[in-house]
Amino acid sequence: MTLALSGHDRALAEGELGPAAKMAMRILVRMAELTGASRMLDVTQAHVDSTIYVGDAGLEFAEKLAALGARVAIPTTLNVSGVDEHHWQEWGVPPDWAIKAKRQMAAYQSMGTLPTWTCAPYQTDMRPTFGQQIAWGESNAIAYANSVIGARTERYPDLLDICAAVTARVPAVGLHLTENRAGNVLIRLRGVPAHLQADDSFYPVLGYHVGSVAPDRVPVIEGLEVRPGDDQFKSLAAAVASSGAVALFHVVGHTPEARTRDEAFQGRSPEAIFDVGMTELRDARRDLTRTRGPGLDVVALGSPHFSLSEFQKLAALAAGRRRHSNVELVVATSRAVAELARRAGYLDAVFAFGGRVSVDTCILASPMLPERVSSLMTNSGKYAYYAPGLLGVGVAFGSLEDCVESAVRGQVVRDDSLWSGKAS
Amino acid sequence: MSEHVRATALVPGEASGELLVSREPLSFWGGYDPKTGEIIDRRHPLSGVVAAGRVLVMPFTRGSSTTTAILLESIRAGTAPSAIITNRVDTFLALASIVAGELYGSAVPIVATSPLDFERFKTGEHVRISLEGDVWIDFSS
Repeated sequence: MTLALSGHDRALAEGELGPAAKMAMRILVRMAELTGASRMLDVTQAHVDSTIYVGDAGLEFAEKLAALGARVAIPTTLNVSGVDEHHWQEWGVPPDWAIKAKRQMAAYQSMGTLPTWTCAPYQTDMRPTFGQQIAWGESNAIAYANSVIGARTERYPDLLDICAAVTARVPAVGLHLTENRAGNVLIRLRGVPAHLQADDSFYPVLGYHVGSVAPDRVPVIEGLEVRPGDDQFKSLAAAVASSGAVALFHVVGHTPEARTRDEAFQGRSPEAIFDVGMTELRDARRDLTRTRGPGLDVVALGSPHFSLSEFQKLAALAAGRRRHSNVELVVATSRAVAELARRAGYLDAVFAFGGRVSVDTCILASPMLPERVSSLMTNSGKYAYYAPGLLGVGVAFGSLEDCVESAVRGQVVRDDSLWSGKAS
Repeated sequence: MSEHVRATALVPGEASGELLVSREPLSFWGGYDPKTGEIIDRRHPLSGVVAAGRVLVMPFTRGSSTTTAILLESIRAGTAPSAIITNRVDTFLALASIVAGELYGSAVPIVATSPLDFERFKTGEHVRISLEGDVWIDFSS
C-alpha cells in the first residue's frame, strides 16, 4: 500500500511550516511507511511521554527540536519528568541528574505544551472524549484512554508523541481505525467473588494476569459483576500495559465499546478463550511479589499518579497513626492533585503519619530514593512490575490497607482473606 | 554453510554477530540497562544477560513507551545490540533507530521476519544481515 500525503502533509514535510515541523513530519512519514499506512489523519490532542529523562540522547533530541523552534499544534499535556522540579534537593537527587532533567522539562515546556507533569492525564481537565483521535504516549494512559474513555490512540512511543503534537498528523493505522479496535481474545472470569471484584487490589492483579496471557492482543474481559471505579480502571490499565503491550481492552458491560460481548468483538468470534479463576489470580498476585528478605524500607504509592480520591482513602487509613521509624512512605502525584489534596486536608494527614509526597515524577523516573533502599512495598501493579529491574530492589505487592499497616509495623503484612475465598 | 531467512529491513543496515534469542517480549525501560547493555527485567528469561553487540531476537516490545528512549540512549552509548530481529513491525524499536540515524548518523539495523521464520533462530548461532534485510544463518560445520 502506498502512502498518499495531503497538500498540508507535504507542506509540513518540505519545511514550509518551519524546520521543527519538517523534522517531525519526516519521522512520521517514515513510521507511516513502515506500518503500511495509506494516509495520515488529524489528531486533536497529544500527551508527551518523551519528558522522562533517561539520558543524554533524549535530552539532545528535545533540545534539538526546541532549538528548531518546535511549537505544538494541538493541546498537549506532559507526562512525568525526571525530577520534582522545585523540590528535588529534598529528595537527594544528584545535581547533575536534576540539571539535565530540568533542561529536558524546559525544552518541552518551551513548545507551548501544558506542564501537567503527570502519568494520569485522564484525571486532569484535559481528559479526552469518546471517539476523539489523539496521540498519547505513556503505556498506562494509552490503555486507559482507549479502553475506558473510548478515545483513539495508537501506542505512541517516546520521541514520536512530540512529532504528532507538533504536526497534529499521524499515520492512519492501528487503534485509530474502528476495525482494529475489535476484541480478539476472550477472558472469562470464573468463580471470582463479587467482594473481591469490588476490592481495589483485584485490578492490578487481573491486569497483570491478562497482560501476561494476551500481551499483544485486544482482550475482552467478561464476567465482571461490579462496576469498576475510575481508580480501579486506572490500576487495571497500568498493570495490563506493564506485563503486556496491551493498548486496548474491553470489559463487557463496563467500557464504552463493549456494551455487549458481540459489540466488543465487532460480531467476530474470539481467537482464544482464557478462563480466569481464583487459582490464576492467586498465582498472579504471588508473582507480583519479589521479595529478597523480610525487611521493608519504603512503601511507595502513586503509580499511576495518586488521584484525589486515593488521597482521601489514604488520609482515612493514616489518621491517628504513625509510620515505623525504619519505613518511609512516599506518594507520587501531580502538582494539580497535590494542591487539591492539600486544600482538602489530606496532605496534612499523610504528613502527620510521617509520609512524604512528591510531584512531577515518580520513584521509577527519578533517582529520588536513598541508595540503601533494598525492599519496597506497593499497591501498584506497575511499580511491582518495574521496580526490581529499574531500582534493583525486592518488591511486595499488597492492598493500600496492607501498605499502610506494613508502614506502621515496619514489616510486610498482608491480609490474604480476600484471596483465599472460593466461588460464592 | 549458511541458511537464508527472508526478512524486511525496517531500518536498513549491515550487521553480523551472535544471536541472542528470546521468545518473550521485552520492555527496554525497566528491561535494558543503557549503561551496560544488560537485560534487567527480573521476570524475563534473559535477565542478567548482556545483549550489547549481539543480534537480539525478540518477538516484539511490551510495556513502557520509554522503550524507544532507552534504545536511543544505548545506541548513543554503544551498548545497543548490533541488530534486532522481531517477528512483526515493531514501531518502538524502529523509531529509536531512525532517530539515532537523524541525531548521530548511527542507526542499528531493525528487521522483521514472519512469525514462522522467526522460530528458526537459536541463541549462539552466527548471523549476517544485509542492507536489503536478508538474514544468513552461518553454520560452522
